[in-house]
Amino acid sequence: MLEKNNFTQRTGRPSALVGRVSLSMDNLKVCILDYGSGNVRSVFNVFSILTEAVFISNKPEDVISATHLVLPGVGAFGASMKKIQERIPLTVLENEALVKNKPFLGICVGMQILADTGLEFGEHQGLGWIPGTVEKIDSRGLPLPHVGWNNIEIKKETPLLADLGNSPDFYFVHSYAFKEKDTSHVAAKTEYGSEFTAVISKGNIFGVQFHPEKSQKAGKILLKNFLNLR
Amino acid sequence: MKKNRLIPILLLKNGWLVQSKQFSRYQNLGNPVTAVRRLSEWGSDELIYLDISQDDTYDRRRSDQGPNRQSFLEIIDDVSRAAFMPITVGGRIRTLADIENRLKVGADKVSVNSQAFADKEFITQAAKEFGSQCIVASMDAKTIEGRHIVVFRGGREVSPYSPVEWAKNLESQGAGEILLNSVDRDGMKTGYDLELLASVCEQVKIPVIACGGAGEWSHFAQAFEKTKVDAVAAANIFQYIDQSVYLAKKYLFEHGFNVRPPDLLTI
Repeated sequence: MLEKNNFTQRTGRPSALVGRVSLSMDNLKVCILDYGSGNVRSVFNVFSILTEAVFISNKPEDVISATHLVLPGVGAFGASMKKIQERIPLTVLENEALVKNKPFLGICVGMQILADTGLEFGEHQGLGWIPGTVEKIDSRGLPLPHVGWNNIEIKKETPLLADLGNSPDFYFVHSYAFKEKDTSHVAAKTEYGSEFTAVISKGNIFGVQFHPEKSQKAGKILLKNFLNLR
Repeated sequence: MKKNRLIPILLLKNGWLVQSKQFSRYQNLGNPVTAVRRLSEWGSDELIYLDISQDDTYDRRRSDQGPNRQSFLEIIDDVSRAAFMPITVGGRIRTLADIENRLKVGADKVSVNSQAFADKEFITQAAKEFGSQCIVASMDAKTIEGRHIVVFRGGREVSPYSPVEWAKNLESQGAGEILLNSVDRDGMKTGYDLELLASVCEQVKIPVIACGGAGEWSHFAQAFEKTKVDAVAAANIFQYIDQSVYLAKKYLFEHGFNVRPPDLLTI
C-alpha cells in the first residue's frame, strides 16, 4: 500500500499547492513591536518569508516610519501589559495606530491587551482600544489551556480573513479570551466547550487569539492579507 | 472543533538525524534541518525534535549544506527558522535553564523524560515557570515478564512504576501532555501498542500522544479508533516516503477522522 501511494503522488501533485505569495505593495515597512515577548522571533521568521522590509524594534522613530504595526505576545495579561508600558512608546504608538490609522495586528496576548481590562491573575488595565474584557474560557470541563489546531468560524467579512475559506484551522495556546462589549467587533469565533472570540477587528485595528506564525499556510495567508491592508 | 494531530518525530544523534530500532540500533538519515523543511511543507501539525546523543559532540560534517553546527541549540535555531509550526524539543533536559535556552532559540514546548524520575519536583517547577502548555512529559514503556513497566535513560534503567501510575503522577505534577512511547514497538512497524495506549488514556485527562510502531497509515487510524489518544506520532514512517505526512493526513481525512484537511504548502 505504501509503495502504491508513493507512486501515485509522484505522478500528480494535488491542486491545493500554491506558489510563493506575492506582495504588490511599495515602500512597505513592518515593525514588530519589541517588549521581550517570547514569540517575537517566530513572528519575525514568518514575516521575513513575505517581505524583506520587516524589523523588530521599540524605538519611536521606527514606529513612526513603519507602515504596519505588529504586537506579538505569549504569557499572562498583567505581566505583558507591564512590559509593554515599560518598553514601548505608547503615546507614539497610539498616535500611529489610532490617529494615523496604520494597520495594526495584535497576536494572542497582543490581541487581549487591546481590551479595557484583563482578569488573569487579578484585574489589570489594558490599552482599551477595543471595548471589552479578557476572561477565562468556559471550556465546560475540557482541559485548559486550550492548545492545538482548531477552526475559526468567520462572522464578519474583513480583508484580513480573505482567501481562507469558511472555517480555516489555526494553532491556539491560551486559557483566556477576549469578551467584547460590541459584537460588531467580532470577526471570527472558535468553539472549545463554548464559543469565544478568535478574531477581533475595529477599523484598522485587528487582533487574533491564535498564532498565525505557527499556523503554516493559513497563517501565511492571513499575514499576507494584513500586509496588503492600507 | 479541536483536531487530532499527526506529529512527525526527528531523532538527532551527535548532529545527524537517525532512525532508531528498539532504542538500540541506529541508522543514519542525514541532514538535521532539510528534513524539517520537508515535514513543514507536507503539513505536519507539529514537530517533535529529540536529542538522543550521549555526549556533547554535534557535527554535521557537511559544509555544502549550510554552515556546520557544533551545538544542539544552534541546530534548534536552524530548525525553528525552517518550521512554521509548533516545535517540541526534547532530550538531555536537566535544569530549568535547559528549558529556557531551548525556548529562546524557537522551541514552543519541551519534552522531559528521565529528569522527571531523577527529580520528582522537576515537572512541577517547570510547569510553574513556563506553563503546563509548555511541558510535554515523555515516558517509555517496555514489556518485562509479561507486563508494562516504565523505563528511563533510553531504556537502560528500569523503574518500579506501571505506565498508568507514572502517567497519573506526571499529570498531577502539572505536565501539559504525555508522549507515550513503546520500546518494544520502536522501529518495528507492527502498529502501536493499543493496550498500553488505552490503559493510560483511560486514567488521565491531559492529551496523550501515541508513539512507537507505526508502519502504515492504518496504524494511525487504529490508534484513534481503539483508544482516546489526542495525537499520533511516528518517526521512521515519515522518513522514507515522499510527501509522507500529506499522504497520512489524506488517508485519515478520507476515512472521516477529525484531522486538519491534507494540504501541501510552499513556504
